[in-house]
Amino acid sequence: MATTASTDAVPGFRGTYFGRIKNAIISIMEGMSVTLGYLLQRPITIQYPDRTPKPVKDTLPERYRGILELDMKTCTACLACERACPIGCIKIEVVKDKETKKRYITRFDIDIAKCMYCGLCVDPCPGGAIRHTNEFEGSTSDVQYLVRRFVPPGERIEPAKPKKKEKEEAGAEGS
Amino acid sequence: MERLADYIVYNLPFLQQIPRVIVDLIIMLFFATCMLLFWVALFAGITSWVERRVAGRIQSRIGPNRVGPQGFLQWIADGLKCFLKEDFVPAAADKKLFLLAPYIVFAGMFAVFVVVPFGDGLIISNLNIGIFYVLAISSLVVVGILMSGWSSNNKWSLLGGMRSAAQIVSYEIPVSLAILPVILLTGSLGMQDIIRAQGPYPWQWFAFHNPFTFIAFFIFFIGALAEGNRTPFDIPEAESELVAGYNTEYSGMRFVFFFFAEWANLYIIAALTVTLFLGGWNTPAHLYTNLFGLLHRSVDVAGTFVFILKSLFLVFVIIWIRWTLPRLRVDQMMDVCWKYFVPFSFANIVGTIIWMVLADAAPVLGYVRYILFVVGLMVPLAIAMKITRNFRLAKSEIHLNPFI
Repeated sequence: MATTASTDAVPGFRGTYFGRIKNAIISIMEGMSVTLGYLLQRPITIQYPDRTPKPVKDTLPERYRGILELDMKTCTACLACERACPIGCIKIEVVKDKETKKRYITRFDIDIAKCMYCGLCVDPCPGGAIRHTNEFEGSTSDVQYLVRRFVPPGERIEPAKPKKKEKEEAGAEGS
Repeated sequence: MERLADYIVYNLPFLQQIPRVIVDLIIMLFFATCMLLFWVALFAGITSWVERRVAGRIQSRIGPNRVGPQGFLQWIADGLKCFLKEDFVPAAADKKLFLLAPYIVFAGMFAVFVVVPFGDGLIISNLNIGIFYVLAISSLVVVGILMSGWSSNNKWSLLGGMRSAAQIVSYEIPVSLAILPVILLTGSLGMQDIIRAQGPYPWQWFAFHNPFTFIAFFIFFIGALAEGNRTPFDIPEAESELVAGYNTEYSGMRFVFFFFAEWANLYIIAALTVTLFLGGWNTPAHLYTNLFGLLHRSVDVAGTFVFILKSLFLVFVIIWIRWTLPRLRVDQMMDVCWKYFVPFSFANIVGTIIWMVLADAAPVLGYVRYILFVVGLMVPLAIAMKITRNFRLAKSEIHLNPFI
């Protein structure tokens, strides 16, 4: 009894001499039928990016948080997004022209490499200027190309005038 | 081959002025090159692609499908890549042995093709010691593998080489012993004689001749897998244990030689199994060649087609086994060989001898082959039933189109 118990303890060494041969034949056939079954099935591979039935971008959900995008025409330079960003990936510089007393945006950078797609900048934006797109393919040859500059360097852009109505709407929508 | 050389020399008178040895040598070289270029290289290359595609589908993947139509040219891309790579020799390696080893492995594999038949009369040289020559010359592979493992001066390579030597030397015994029943029944060692002793129909094959050859067939096939270092006996090059085994330190062309030999070995295993046990190139038409002498050549072509078809099916089975079974442990591998195969193959020889004596006395025993054929037929049927059951349980659909 002791010897049978010790052989049973080693996996793969159970049974009698001919019992093991039988086990081997049955288990090999079982295994081979499983693999042949998979050979006859359709592979589950999705051939991203170029051989999908339709582009992956179009299959994403509506509220997908992709790379951030800014509409400079509606941006009021209120800096709410910059303040909301927990990791400081948004950099906005606003200068005031002393003669005309007008404000200009000279820099609006979003560092996609740092962005964690939390969406906290989208919520406080009064005009809905900053928002997520469904774009997610951000690979570049260098990290610095991931900084999206919405104001071309050396230029200055006049921010949009804030409108009260829009502000309320945006507040109601943003959640 | 000799007849062909005679024919060529007879028809081209200017060759008669050159010593016959040189003419023979040139013709031999020409045929060896043809064999290498048009069959072995093509087969090894395309099989590497087929194997990867089959492996992909078995694992619910697709496999290489980008280079050329459906990835068909993948093997050329891989080969070219290896051509262009540096042929690296480790500083501490035994340089001469290291450089020589792949060629020995390759030569051991390629020399077997001398006696591998392709059809009735289509064989490089119908040696009268055909199968014995195969056993002898394929032992050269062990030398090469051990040489590469030793000379790399790398513990993984050395372990791989040692394992390979132990494995191939061990499995040569059951393989040789499993061939003996066939030789007993044929009375000849020549490959074509062995094929001629069988018939076109499955129950005339040696695999189903009697219960002993039936077992010998499986012993030979599994033992040949072990000799060819194929999974589940790929212990010498166990990727997950030994990096790549004996060829760890090789790169570039020399690495290709190892892999070339491995894939060409697939065809050798399959062709030898078909020759010895599965009827070779016999087609029903071969029974009537004497009646229709004119059709002889086309019958040859049909025979070649049948032979290659059977071999390719076995190649598929080998690939299928590779992607099903896990690797054996070293002690399990030795167990299978010495505790199961060797005693059984000895019993097979004795059994076949007794069977031959009994069959002369009692012709009724000739009907056993039909029973064995039915038993053999049960294997694919059982697998088919299991597959249909699995499909029903998993509610999956059959997708037969291999091109995706």
